[in-house]
Amino acid sequence: MNNNSVKDRILTTLGNNKVVVLFVLLCIAAIWASGSPLTFVGGELFTRIGRNGFTVLALLIPVLAGMGLNFGITIGAVAAQFAMFWVIYWGFTGLSGWLLALVLATPIAMFLGYLVGALFNRMKGSEMIAGLVLGYFADGIYQFIFLFVIGGIIPMSEASGMIINGGVGVKNTIDLTGNLKYALDNVSMLNLALVAFIVAIVVAIARVVLASRKGEKPNYKQSLILAVVAVVLYALTYVPAIEHFLAADRLRLMNAVMIALAAVVIKQLIDIVVFKLGKAKRDYKVKKSIALIIVCAIFYALTYIPAIEQVLMWVSIPVATYLAIVALCFFNSWLLRTRLGQDMRTVGQSRTVANAAGINVDRTRIIAMVLSTVLACWGQLIYLQNIGTFSTYGAHTQVGQFAIAALLVGGASVRKATNKQAIIGVILFHTLFIVAPQAGKELFNNAQLGEYFRVFVAYGVIAVSLAMHAWKTIPKKKEEEKTEETTETPAITEA
Amino acid sequence: MSTEYALKMTGIAKEYYGNRVLKGVDLFVKPGEIHALMGENGAGKSTLMNILFGMPVIHSTGGFEGTVEINGEPANINTPQAAMHYGIGMVHQEFMLIPGFTVRENIKVGREITKPNLVSRIFGKKLETLDVDAMADDAQKALDMIGLDIEEYTQVAGMPIGYMQFVEIAREIDKTGIQLLVFDEPTAVLTESEAERLLGIMKLLASKGIAIIFITHRLDEVMAVADSLTVLRDGEFVVRKDIKDTNVVEIAELMIGRKVEKLVEDTEDNRTLNDNDIALEIRDFHVDMPGERVKGLNLDVRKGEILGIGGLAGQGKIGIPNGIMGLYKATGTVKAFGKELNLGRLGEALNNKIAFVSEDRRGVGLLLNNSIEENISFSAMQVKGKFLKGPLKLYDAAEAKKHALDMIKLFDIRCTGPQQDAGALSGGNQQKVCLARAVTLDPDILIVSEPTRGIDIGAKKLVLEHLVKLNREEGKTIIVVSSELVELRSLCDRIAIIFDGKLGAIMAPDDSDANYGLAMGGSKIGGGEDE
Repeated sequence: MNNNSVKDRILTTLGNNKVVVLFVLLCIAAIWASGSPLTFVGGELFTRIGRNGFTVLALLIPVLAGMGLNFGITIGAVAAQFAMFWVIYWGFTGLSGWLLALVLATPIAMFLGYLVGALFNRMKGSEMIAGLVLGYFADGIYQFIFLFVIGGIIPMSEASGMIINGGVGVKNTIDLTGNLKYALDNVSMLNLALVAFIVAIVVAIARVVLASRKGEKPNYKQSLILAVVAVVLYALTYVPAIEHFLAADRLRLMNAVMIALAAVVIKQLIDIVVFKLGKAKRDYKVKKSIALIIVCAIFYALTYIPAIEQVLMWVSIPVATYLAIVALCFFNSWLLRTRLGQDMRTVGQSRTVANAAGINVDRTRIIAMVLSTVLACWGQLIYLQNIGTFSTYGAHTQVGQFAIAALLVGGASVRKATNKQAIIGVILFHTLFIVAPQAGKELFNNAQLGEYFRVFVAYGVIAVSLAMHAWKTIPKKKEEEKTEETTETPAITEA
Repeated sequence: MSTEYALKMTGIAKEYYGNRVLKGVDLFVKPGEIHALMGENGAGKSTLMNILFGMPVIHSTGGFEGTVEINGEPANINTPQAAMHYGIGMVHQEFMLIPGFTVRENIKVGREITKPNLVSRIFGKKLETLDVDAMADDAQKALDMIGLDIEEYTQVAGMPIGYMQFVEIAREIDKTGIQLLVFDEPTAVLTESEAERLLGIMKLLASKGIAIIFITHRLDEVMAVADSLTVLRDGEFVVRKDIKDTNVVEIAELMIGRKVEKLVEDTEDNRTLNDNDIALEIRDFHVDMPGERVKGLNLDVRKGEILGIGGLAGQGKIGIPNGIMGLYKATGTVKAFGKELNLGRLGEALNNKIAFVSEDRRGVGLLLNNSIEENISFSAMQVKGKFLKGPLKLYDAAEAKKHALDMIKLFDIRCTGPQQDAGALSGGNQQKVCLARAVTLDPDILIVSEPTRGIDIGAKKLVLEHLVKLNREEGKTIIVVSSELVELRSLCDRIAIIFDGKLGAIMAPDDSDANYGLAMGGSKIGGGEDE
């Protein structure tokens, strides 16, 4: 192979990311055609990332376990809506109400996820189509419950305003304003700090207690450091200036970017120091840290470009929701580093090998489905509290399609998907989604066509990105054949 | 005997749906011994190993009879996990490796080293963090032990085939407490130097007290490394011998060891075969058929003869007809009656009057949901424009039906009529339909692959007799590819034994069993050509 020249390398990278490149170009063209101001696009975009990011990330685990794109996340969404309906009906409001919905919905989602997993185990290889049809089936049962059982069998009070006049069936739209709207988005940073503080202290204590219970020598030093750091950081929140800053529930994007850049730089500096002390991990490379710091500097410089600065100052993000998304990213990559995650990867790559290695294939797949369904359920709860109205019979119907479209646009495929691809995908897909109607209107002078454009985008991207993945895989196969031929006479080094 | 055996399988019998594939087999292996397990395809070696590993395929079909003892203790192995627990490992013929994983991940698959974390303490061991460093150390140790000079973080995809085999071995020896290691035809995919290396590693492992079962068809390898051997034939136990008490010829005889029964009556033979009158000339022929690769075959088929092509599974005999017909990618030159075929073009062979009856009857051979009539007429219609009438070339149903009825009578196809679906017929009758279609093409050269696979003895005889009749009465050149040596020897004028994708030897039907055994096992005695 002689593709070492910079030009070749760039071409290969672009070639490997054809799908992403195409959609980046499409996004730029669409933004330009729509003539929408960047502040509008940026504001809408960050709202939508917060709203949908979690659900898209819920798709990663089944891909890892070789079950393809989980169209069955609709079922998680149904569980979320079921729980949310009752919570609103009972009159709970605010964060406590939202958390109650979470507590109610999770066991339902776990149970349904188990059933879906068990079904998928009986039709290995056709999980995607099964999930799609299962989504429709779940929708049918959901409608049966919401249109008939509620009020028809379970007596309901019409006073709630949620029941259709006559007492049978749930109304088409449920307004969340005043009860669950922004329940999570509105959690202030001060409260989050308090939660983080409590968690840190509990973790510090639990580590010591659990380790000594197992008869191991607990790492007192580590726990103590953790506790002290937590106390100090929490004490800082009592400084008036910081307290004032943290009292808000939205964070200006500019500040968020600054905090993120600072965090990356500090982490890399610590890594370098650790490396100098000779305690770094084996595969650690200083070059990488330095490169990251330089990238951070470039990003910092970019914030001085007026257009970007304007957007950053204009947009603010709901902190709690974004933290949930970040936490899920960390969960996904943490899972990869556990025994369970490795089992899932093995099962995903080859069920035969996994079986021969003593991994319980069916069980692993069911765990993957349960996790994905529960996460999708939480994702739907986040989505609903942010959007503020709950379309009883429509909110869940396209959850699967939209989330999957977003993931595919990010360059993921049926066999491989990462956090990064999910995030990039959400950004690109929703940018198109935001500007497409306007672009359609500007280009064809017809508002109706603009709406049509939006639908076209949603389904078009699935088709286009799948086709482009196929296009990508065919040359790869040919290459494999070639390498197979050349490996006929390998040289072996003597023992 | 006073010696304690590491493995003692006694009186093992197994039935699959009323078909007895193992009939009371014994297998004894001592610790530190390399024990060769030999037999033709279908002798029952794989079934025996499946039993040893407690594979689900055994237990979902009613288990087995007989006893298994490990180190003198009765062992109940009913899952692969149990086999692992008893310290039994296997180096698989088709690699059990994950291409997308690194060498380390493959070695440690299912046995990852982990360390506890807070979450795992609450939710269970499954969530423990992987200890990458410890695994890397272990993997490197295993690689060093077999002297494989690669890094543990190399990805398996793209590695030479030989390396993959060694990774597979590294995985087995990394398992702690491994006592018995099965090598299932490990050298089949290796180059000569790699194979030597592998045999060296086997000896090394044996010297450390690990018992080794070595499944192979290569007699010279057995002579080189094994201490003792067991021969199976048709699911029966033939003999257990020490290598020092036997020789290549005897082993070959033991493996084949059956009388040639005449499946076909002798008929009047007034053909004149001539070495200069060549029907099919094959030179430097390569076929890229997975599992049946042909790697540089040279073969002449004389006009008017019945040529048999034999050899063990995986050596490439099936690849030959599939390559000639253009079903798999093929290179080299093939001349039919002096005219060179364009191997890249599907249908080229058919247009040059070569017809093929595929071994994959239900997949390639027949349109299962179409009638017998359509199946018989279909190829001829496509290739020769038969059964078409008028300027618009419409389907001539009457003519096709008449022909189908003739064929049904001629081949004695048992059916309700020409309109019956081919898929509803029994295996033997399906094969007759395939033959009828090939004959309808009126070929000069007829290639029949595995003509009697999966059909009963009566149908077998009929099919073979028809082949002889076609040859004797209509002067057609016939090539029969078959795994059944008996069948080839009762039918053919010459038999080409394919070994490792090349021509191993050309034998006469009345050559000795030993010579056949040797040729199929790749030994150079018995007239094999030099490479």
